[in-house]
Amino acid sequence: MDELSLYVLDITMNSVRAGATEIAITLREDGEWLWFTVEDNGCGMTEEQLKKLTDPFFTTRKTRKVGLGIPFLTMLAEMTGGFVTVTSTHESVSPNHGTKTEAKFGKNHIDFIPLGDIVETVKTLIQGAPAVNFTFRHIFPNGTVELSCAAIRETLGDEIPLSEPDVLMWIGQYLREQYDELGHPVAQF
Amino acid sequence: MKSLAELQAIKNKMADRVSVRTSSGNTRIVVGMATCGIAAGARPVLNAFVEGISEAGLSNDVIVTQTGCIGICQYEPVVEVFEKDREKTTYVKMTAEKAKEVIEKHIKGGTPVTEYTIGATQL
Repeated sequence: MDELSLYVLDITMNSVRAGATEIAITLREDGEWLWFTVEDNGCGMTEEQLKKLTDPFFTTRKTRKVGLGIPFLTMLAEMTGGFVTVTSTHESVSPNHGTKTEAKFGKNHIDFIPLGDIVETVKTLIQGAPAVNFTFRHIFPNGTVELSCAAIRETLGDEIPLSEPDVLMWIGQYLREQYDELGHPVAQF
Repeated sequence: MKSLAELQAIKNKMADRVSVRTSSGNTRIVVGMATCGIAAGARPVLNAFVEGISEAGLSNDVIVTQTGCIGICQYEPVVEVFEKDREKTTYVKMTAEKAKEVIEKHIKGGTPVTEYTIGATQL
């Protein structure tokens, strides 16, 4: 994968598959580092699953025998002097179950790959899971780009799914305008 | 600047359209969006289908959805087209450009683009 935004998409897909109804994606960056956090209220992982998470030959899926999402992300973060941490509470342990994945990347490292089109990633996530309440925040030193699916749904009502092309187009423009206003156009990532 | 109030206009415009939509007889375009698919370029393929179907005015009859790993990672991005009374068509190694062609020839024209299907690929 040649864009960090594709890793964001891939890792957040795990939250969707874990049955989460609330998923918060946060990107935070300064001149030196980029932090990426995704937090969900999905089914969570057992301690055993958590231990095997960085093993590429571990996956819960049945269609293939490898699971490369977290190993890829870890490799990329560590190559830039950063790290990945995953904390999780399984639904059998607590009603407050869910998973939090945090990653830190060194932006000035030669192995850092560009963020890429993060807006397309957000749109893709909403298209695939329109019932999930995604919260997206991208925090810069001079301001924050934000999107709340709950707020959109409040206006649209329940009868119009967020996956409707017109709604997705609005979401894309809404985010891109915020990036432009802060002086961080998506095309420059 | 876009505002949430603009969504109200979208809501009004779409209310009638959504209510007449039926699930029977629809064509489903399913894009594999697991790690393998994403790494191979599934995101622009999915978005090309979403935007292309909308631009063609086919949103009432054609649904574009995502799925996980289909199990043939080496052929990603993989797209499956399910149609009523027809066998499933599996497109492999898709791109946004190929997606536009599939919309034009298969979804609108009714003839699958055989050269992009798994059957035409050297196994």
